[in-house]
Amino acid sequence: MRSAWLQPLGIIGAGMLTIIVMLAILAPWIIPFDPNAQAFGRFLPPNGENWFGTDQLGRDIFSRVVHGARVSLPYAAQLVVLSAVIGTILGAIAGYFGGWIDGLIMRAADLVMAFPDIILAMAVVAALGPNLFNAVLAVVIVSWPIYARVVRSMILTLRDEPYVQSSRLLGASSGRALWRDIRPNVAGPVVVLAALEYGHAVLILSGLSFLGLGAQPPTAEWGSMVSEGSKYFDKWWMSVFPGLAILAVVLAANFLGDTLRDAFDPKSTKAFR
Amino acid sequence: MGNVVRQSWYALPSLLRFVLRRLAIGILLCVGVTLVSFSLTQVVPGDPVAASLGDYASSDPATVEAFRQRFGLDKPLPEQYFIYVTNLLQGDFGQSLQTRRPVAADLAQYMSATIELAIVAMTVAMIGGVGLGIIAAVNRDRWPDQVIRVVSLAGVSVPTFWLSLVCLYVFFFQLGWSPGVGRLPPGASGPMTITGLYTIDAMITGNWRVLGQALSHIALPAMVLAIYTIGAITRFTRAAMLEAFDQEYIRAARAKGMPERVVVMRHVLRPALAAIITVSGMAFGRMLGGAVLVESVFSWPGLGEYAYRSALALDLRAIMGVSLVIAAVYILVNLVVDILYAVVDPRIRLG
Repeated sequence: MRSAWLQPLGIIGAGMLTIIVMLAILAPWIIPFDPNAQAFGRFLPPNGENWFGTDQLGRDIFSRVVHGARVSLPYAAQLVVLSAVIGTILGAIAGYFGGWIDGLIMRAADLVMAFPDIILAMAVVAALGPNLFNAVLAVVIVSWPIYARVVRSMILTLRDEPYVQSSRLLGASSGRALWRDIRPNVAGPVVVLAALEYGHAVLILSGLSFLGLGAQPPTAEWGSMVSEGSKYFDKWWMSVFPGLAILAVVLAANFLGDTLRDAFDPKSTKAFR
Repeated sequence: MGNVVRQSWYALPSLLRFVLRRLAIGILLCVGVTLVSFSLTQVVPGDPVAASLGDYASSDPATVEAFRQRFGLDKPLPEQYFIYVTNLLQGDFGQSLQTRRPVAADLAQYMSATIELAIVAMTVAMIGGVGLGIIAAVNRDRWPDQVIRVVSLAGVSVPTFWLSLVCLYVFFFQLGWSPGVGRLPPGASGPMTITGLYTIDAMITGNWRVLGQALSHIALPAMVLAIYTIGAITRFTRAAMLEAFDQEYIRAARAKGMPERVVVMRHVLRPALAAIITVSGMAFGRMLGGAVLVESVFSWPGLGEYAYRSALALDLRAIMGVSLVIAAVYILVNLVVDILYAVVDPRIRLG
């Protein structure tokens, strides 16, 4: 592994993410106003008191944007961890045991990947009912296959490594072989993939909220704030600032993820996604 | 017997075998896709009849009974699925709650706008992405590569719905360069319908005024839709070309004094291009997804905008219709791309 942390983009990404996470944690002490208090005039442009202006209900947009980090970041993190765990377990089972279970799992993965992800997520949310929890569930359903595919292909080569074979011959169970011998070698690439997918998770989740299928008003969520702003077209500050917040998080995650991937797998052509 | 089948299978040309096998996978995937959409209509919480008919219609017992009869809701699930697929094959996607028309008619109406938008955006993305990727790969690790890396990462990071709004605000509202939302100016009538793509139809019928209007309307949404894909294709082109640069035959070509331009175009880009085509198939799917967001902002009367309105109205049949059609288009595009790949690169046929 080359020194991943010394790449400028990686440092910028890590720095931005640290600042954003700190803002999210410290939000209750940082934000000047209650994000849901209708305390000001409506549609005030950015000014000395309301740095990002106010919205159609006279709420302070700066407070709402900072507070919004407490919605987008943890939900995206939960869904990335959840889909990474589910995808890894299914991929490991498929790769290690092979046979019909392999066929079943990988065909299910193919099926999910036959849909463009946001379309399938829309259909799932429309069926289950629009709220943030169902949106997260929908995105987990569309995003586990990528982990399953990567993990399965790694397991297929690791399974036949001499050190795994010899531990099996010494009497280790298949579960022990997977956990003790194979897991450490799979963990790194899965973490890199999860870092790359984090930005995507934030994008698709805020996209669903923008479409009215995720967070519901009055929740201060960035995607639904952009959506509210789009109804008042000339009040540009209503959608510009929450959108910039999404861009900042996704850009930081992608800077970091891209650097990590270069460090782990410099010759990778899997630059897509 | 099995041996005979096996022998005659291997007697077929390898390309034909590949196409047949790939076709079979495509058909299986389509069947699977209907299974997914059928399952989704089953998990709707509450009464599926109410979810499909809406509150108004489901208060009428006669309508509910007719609906139950038609979809065989009193029968076991496998039989319901069979009825569902039979209906789909006959072009019956159910009734839209919102437009009160058959979903199939809606889909037919909105499809061409999305196809036109996607084709223009994909063309922009291919030219831009491959071009930037070549520049980045040739200048590996020098400043143009670094700049393109940041730009392409920004391209895959920007929320499409937000970029649509910002571009519309700047180029329409502030600068007045863009004529605004929709496919044509308000009140303008489209060209005579031949393909349903306004630009092509206007060209065929020689309607130059409409051609200009259609082009000026499609430019901005197509550009916004292309941004993500440009980023993705740029990054992939660079990676695929760098891999080709490391090959022995490149050193051989340079050693015998071949001009660098010829080395890049003939020996690096050509092998990379096959991989780029495959990725573009995947990128196309992502683009169809992005179309939902772009169309909803630009009031582009396509499948995405229809899906958006249907999702807001929880119009389940309409959403499933859009998902089915888009998944089918996506499967078809990838099928064509795979076959093209096999034509270009014979090694793939054995896979």
